[in-house]
Amino acid sequence: MITVGEWKERLENEKAYDLVSELIDRIRKSKLNAYITVTEDYALKLAENFDNGKKEGKLAGIPIAIKDNISTEGVRTTCASRMLENYTPPFDAHVVERLKKEGAIIIGKTNMDEFGMGTTTENSYFGVVRNPHDTKRVAGGSSGGSAAAIAGNETVLALGTDTGGSIRCPASFTGVYGLKPTYGLVSRYGLIAYANSLEQIGPMAGSIDDLGLLLEVIAGRDDRDSTNAGREFTYSPVSKKFRVGVIEEMQANAEVKEHFDSFVETLRKFADVEFVSLPSLKYALPAYYIIAMSEASSNLARYDGVRYGFSLENLDSWSRYFSKVRAEGFGTEVKRRIMMGSYALSAGYYGKYYLKALKVRTLVIEDFRRAFEKFDVLISPTMPSTAFRIGEIADPVTMYMADVNTTPINLAGLPALSMPIGESSGLPVGLQVIGNYFEENSVLGFAKAVEKNEV
Amino acid sequence: MIDEETVRYVSNLAKIELKDDEVENYKNEFGKILEFFDQLDEIDPDVEPTYHVIPLKNVFRKDVPGKSLDRDEALKNARHKEEGYFKGPRVVE
Repeated sequence: MITVGEWKERLENEKAYDLVSELIDRIRKSKLNAYITVTEDYALKLAENFDNGKKEGKLAGIPIAIKDNISTEGVRTTCASRMLENYTPPFDAHVVERLKKEGAIIIGKTNMDEFGMGTTTENSYFGVVRNPHDTKRVAGGSSGGSAAAIAGNETVLALGTDTGGSIRCPASFTGVYGLKPTYGLVSRYGLIAYANSLEQIGPMAGSIDDLGLLLEVIAGRDDRDSTNAGREFTYSPVSKKFRVGVIEEMQANAEVKEHFDSFVETLRKFADVEFVSLPSLKYALPAYYIIAMSEASSNLARYDGVRYGFSLENLDSWSRYFSKVRAEGFGTEVKRRIMMGSYALSAGYYGKYYLKALKVRTLVIEDFRRAFEKFDVLISPTMPSTAFRIGEIADPVTMYMADVNTTPINLAGLPALSMPIGESSGLPVGLQVIGNYFEENSVLGFAKAVEKNEV
Repeated sequence: MIDEETVRYVSNLAKIELKDDEVENYKNEFGKILEFFDQLDEIDPDVEPTYHVIPLKNVFRKDVPGKSLDRDEALKNARHKEEGYFKGPRVVE
């Protein structure tokens, strides 16, 4: 992985143009399939500008890859869907405006599960992303392209989005760092919506300091997003003896558990560590999927093949045209989630599914609130296993179960990151660090101490 | 259990046309997913639902004309257009 510090060191002796050319050449030759679109001409122009003295900004001259569900003016933004295969947004997302203002070099749009729906990036219209540690395995999802691009040295920084673990899962599977911020800290303006009340844009990088730096750039007030909390973020990692809660209900298979348990034993020498039970987490996963699918069914109703997106040659009657466009434009998992969401919201089932899921969300929030009265951070394995083989899991419910440790955090809207804590049989194992609302600096401070082997 | 009629009803609600073999696949999968959702039958929480974890606010701007997309930009991604308008499918048959 290339850190911002290492890239800046190289920029002192070499031209940005040459470095970016080298990166693009690597992407072109890569077998990872991390990118859907490479913005070669644009990136090289920005690199040239840097070489010609335009060096202002916190990310001046630093390459960044952007997940393909974040709008970029004039650059195709597909959500890895046939539905948006030829869609070019006429405006930039809030986060992209901020990256441009800080001098970042946008090098491309990364591959993902279609509309962010998946745990492996196998649900992409543009093909699966391969894991740099073993190309027969998935990179995780849905921000698999962003994670693989960092792990495969095909970018320095990347943006992902996290609705139920979509930043943390691929970070864990590929051994990179990824942070889902507190809900509302980063504006969702220009993010193509999947599940409004759950999703956040977040940073992915090769070190904790780089996560903090990127979060500082993208977080902040935006009046165009009614879900924006209106708060700025300054990276200032907390340094102290942390009170750490290990969540009993979070799961792992034997190999991940062995690795995680040994990490906890080491941690005990440096921090106050206790186990903590959050009983409502037993119900968090189904509640999450009910809410996410319900919101998806509503959000994706906008794809009617009229104003943008996939369309058919001949206009039929409204109902037939709408239904045919969506049959051909959406992939299997997207259709499955839209239909299950429609069912959960339909007459007679609203109370049984959607309303009850929202009540479980209240229980989850209460459990976390109680835990944070005692602990500074909570930890768990990010994923219950290491990266799957491509095609290994075909059954949707089995796939949903893989999100058991990450989805409760989105229900509660808390910040959480995934960081590598070694490897098991050559595959990365991820640690999930969860913080209280807007306590990103505690999460990052604890993670930094782990990174420096101080805990 | 989910039957074929329910799958067709849901596909109509969601406005997604399904082929016969898709109906069969989704029928089996929907059954499994609903079984997974039915774990929530074990509890009946006596708490208020949480729609959003942070308070939402209405975002108002001053009622003055601002910059908006011009017509060409707005129409750029549409396939069917005529005389500066989107052309949509027929609503009344």
